[in-house]
Amino acid sequence: MVSAQLAAAPWNSGSGFGTFMSSISTATTLPAPSGVHAQRQALESAVVRFAGDSGDGIQVTGGRFAEATALSGNDLATFPDFPAEIRAPAGTTYGVSAFQINFGARQILTSGDAPDTLVAFNPAALKVELADLKAGGLVILDTGSFNERGLRKAGYVANPLDDGTLDAYRTLRLDISQLTLDAVKPFGLSQKEALRCKNMWALGLVYWLYDRDRRPTLAWLQRKFAARPELAEANTAALNAGHAFGETAELPPGLPGFVVDRAPIAPGLYRAITGGEALALGLVVGASLAGLPMVFGSYPITPASPILHTLAGLRQFGVITLQAEDEIAAVCAAIGASYGGAIGVTSSSGPGIALKTEAIGLAIAAELPLVVINTQRAGPSTGMPTKTEQSDLYQAVFGRNADSPLVVLAARSPADCFDTAIEAVRIATRYMTPVMVLSDGYIANASQPWRIPDVATLEPFPVRFRTEADGFQPYLRDLETLARNWAVPGTPGLEHRVGGLEKDYDTGHISYDPANHQRMTEVRRDKVAGVVRDIPPLRPENGNESGPLAIVGWGSTYGPIARAVTVLRAEGLDVAHVHLRHLWPLPANLGELLGGYDRILVPEMNTGQLLTLLRSTFLVPAEGLNKVSGQPFKVHEIEAAVRTCLAGQRPQGLQGTNR
Amino acid sequence: MNVLAPPSTLKPQDFASDQEVRWCPGCGDYAILKAVQKALAEIGARTEDTVFVSGIGCSSRFPYYMSTYGFHTIHGRAPAVATGLKLANPALDVWVVTGDGDGLSIGGNHLLHVLRRNVDLQILLFNNEIYGLTKGQSSPTSRIGTRSPSTPTGSVESPVSPPLFALGAGARFVARAVDTQMKPLVAVLKRAHAHRGASFVEIFQNCIVYNDAVFDAFTAKDAAADNQIEVVHGEPLLFGRDKRRGLRLRPGRLELEAVTIGEDGVGIDDILRHDETSCVLAGMLAAMAPPRLPMALGVLYCDPAARFESVAAGDQAAPPAPEALNALLRRGHTWTIAD
Repeated sequence: MVSAQLAAAPWNSGSGFGTFMSSISTATTLPAPSGVHAQRQALESAVVRFAGDSGDGIQVTGGRFAEATALSGNDLATFPDFPAEIRAPAGTTYGVSAFQINFGARQILTSGDAPDTLVAFNPAALKVELADLKAGGLVILDTGSFNERGLRKAGYVANPLDDGTLDAYRTLRLDISQLTLDAVKPFGLSQKEALRCKNMWALGLVYWLYDRDRRPTLAWLQRKFAARPELAEANTAALNAGHAFGETAELPPGLPGFVVDRAPIAPGLYRAITGGEALALGLVVGASLAGLPMVFGSYPITPASPILHTLAGLRQFGVITLQAEDEIAAVCAAIGASYGGAIGVTSSSGPGIALKTEAIGLAIAAELPLVVINTQRAGPSTGMPTKTEQSDLYQAVFGRNADSPLVVLAARSPADCFDTAIEAVRIATRYMTPVMVLSDGYIANASQPWRIPDVATLEPFPVRFRTEADGFQPYLRDLETLARNWAVPGTPGLEHRVGGLEKDYDTGHISYDPANHQRMTEVRRDKVAGVVRDIPPLRPENGNESGPLAIVGWGSTYGPIARAVTVLRAEGLDVAHVHLRHLWPLPANLGELLGGYDRILVPEMNTGQLLTLLRSTFLVPAEGLNKVSGQPFKVHEIEAAVRTCLAGQRPQGLQGTNR
Repeated sequence: MNVLAPPSTLKPQDFASDQEVRWCPGCGDYAILKAVQKALAEIGARTEDTVFVSGIGCSSRFPYYMSTYGFHTIHGRAPAVATGLKLANPALDVWVVTGDGDGLSIGGNHLLHVLRRNVDLQILLFNNEIYGLTKGQSSPTSRIGTRSPSTPTGSVESPVSPPLFALGAGARFVARAVDTQMKPLVAVLKRAHAHRGASFVEIFQNCIVYNDAVFDAFTAKDAAADNQIEVVHGEPLLFGRDKRRGLRLRPGRLELEAVTIGEDGVGIDDILRHDETSCVLAGMLAAMAPPRLPMALGVLYCDPAARFESVAAGDQAAPPAPEALNALLRRGHTWTIAD
């Protein structure tokens, strides 16, 4: 039984799956979707991509479809693919906006390798997206937009509807523009406004195709256009007309309509969440579990800004946000806040993290808690800001002057960002150390259902400031964790000076003593290394603790690796999946665990950074599978590499063994 | 913590730490250190509620010599660290100590923004027109022609004026003082402390090793009276040994000129009175320099506005209860998967 409780989401300004939450303001309960259509073909999972012009309402369309899909009990994952340009010229290939959803009757771990169905609202969308479509996949086209002007803007010399471009696919060629105009005629809209309803017409058709319930979307339209009833009615009419078209029209053979059963999903209360939102909420809850206010300093940067946007609206939850003048000021304000007894947090993407580097070193030397979030993007330099990569692992682990260790964690999925953020706050405050959290452009923007935890069941880790003046020294350490005591300004009798100059181990005064520097360098190293005591022994996510092959991953490659290993193991192949959340320090038993496998394959969206870390730390002959196209791994790419490995070959493009 | 406590009865020496002061003998920083300690004692400051935040450079060693809380940060970034500190605990009394290289070169951006945001800090910029700690290179306030290891034939860059920079950044309190003139320096520091918001104080500080006597034109014993003017709100802008010299607007021009009372028909009523709430006048005063016009000292500008931390942080919210956090996580569209 699926029901929906709806309430306002004022922090949600994102797009994609997330958008459906933003304008829902009433509490309602929706009934379950209608029953299964008799002749429909059952699917275990399906991938649908909507693509069109930025102005076509693609993200809204995808968000509605995701909502309807969640309410029908499927598991799902979505990914928006926006143009890099803010307002690209209409009809151009670089103005194409897309939204992909993978949904199924099983656990869904990625937004899908390749669409089964592509909805292309204009020639540019077809041109950009067609290559990704599965062979034999379905293309739904608005032929009304395939006019001379549209084709020219998309850069088509010949009309792809006629020249054989679409021969390998099934097509539904419909003049959606005209069908929409006909459907909304009674409402007296201008031509422009009327045409803007065509996304709802297409959505209605896709709802019919996959047997989704229209009612949540119809209710949403009423709320969305409460101030413009004629638009609400017109969009409603368009949606219904598209759906009716599916039910009554003579669709080509082989298009019976589909049905995707409910997935076995753990019971509980769910919402959709992006990685950016989950990090923000995890930080708020983490600060609360530590009993501290949070000061969040950040400078706008793609794709990290949604974290700032989410937190900026949460002042009543003890969150203070500062949009700083630059990346350096953002981290320095966070450090100043930690010095003052808050938990200081800063967030950026790779280039911005580079600017923060010196200040992170200060936090390491002053031994202050600090959380640094890096939503990675493709580089180097400005690179491809809207495209994903996980190439800042070296930067996170090693990227500072001198011996300056800190703790590095990586989130594996949008929902996992919540837990990772809490753990970052816990480690930062328990060990008085900066903690770097690695996310990436994929999980920051991707959305998935998240089972909402009960905060009361989370283990608090209240911070105790030093207040006892007797025997106080600023670098007095906890014997177990080696963390120095945290004495905040305002506390009588504990006045002291900290800073970036080397300090005496005992007195905290400036010291250039050689033996003292050796000792302080080692204690900083040992303190961070000692975080392993908090890391549970690593076990494979899937598969055996020894065998011919382990796939070792970190961060957002979790989804495609997990899916690939599930598929391959179902075929009887002996492959294990080992996933790392803790990148520095590495789990204590990792070397022993890796030693149990004949071969180790490390898929990464970089040229081999975890690979180097594993090889140098454990002297294991791990091999890399490296993809730096700005796109996440596809499940089939991992599968193919595993099959090749298990056949005793080196996969094509595999790097590592001969370096 | 943070409850308003009665003023302390500490003496200036109670604000000195147990650390040996290691500036060069004869450095102007010693005099400033004494003046700050004296000002804190006279204010009734408490060591536990007072924090000195500095960047890098000779001046930035300052926190180590104070018995208060102190944070010696990284080059140029003290204003940003202090901003975070005030956001975390607005009740703290936070002083930023910086220099001309730290504050106007590598940290110029942060100084700009801390001033426009109006964070409630006292920002003391020790200006010696040279990089001292790195052994004497020219700085952003060095005058054209300054010979240094990095400018062997003389600096060719125009210097920045700290108070004009501050006014341009939107500072609401701009003052100036000389390191060795204890009484007016202490007075300026106390005014800076009393001002709610960012208080910017340029202190002319003599670097005896790399730029000695660079301010002699208006600080030397025989030159001071005729080449500096102590501006006082509401008082006529008079200077000179016998206070017979004064400033007025040149007739028909928007510029100041120095005149002598009793000469050319000039009377005391012709002399401009200082209005520290006038940003335009502050700019004109800040731009003056010997020999044509005296160096303006004292509070050039004071016109309070809303403090950043009170606007940005508001009332410190109590830690949210689990129920409130649960409500936050459940905002928006949720759905239930039943057993």
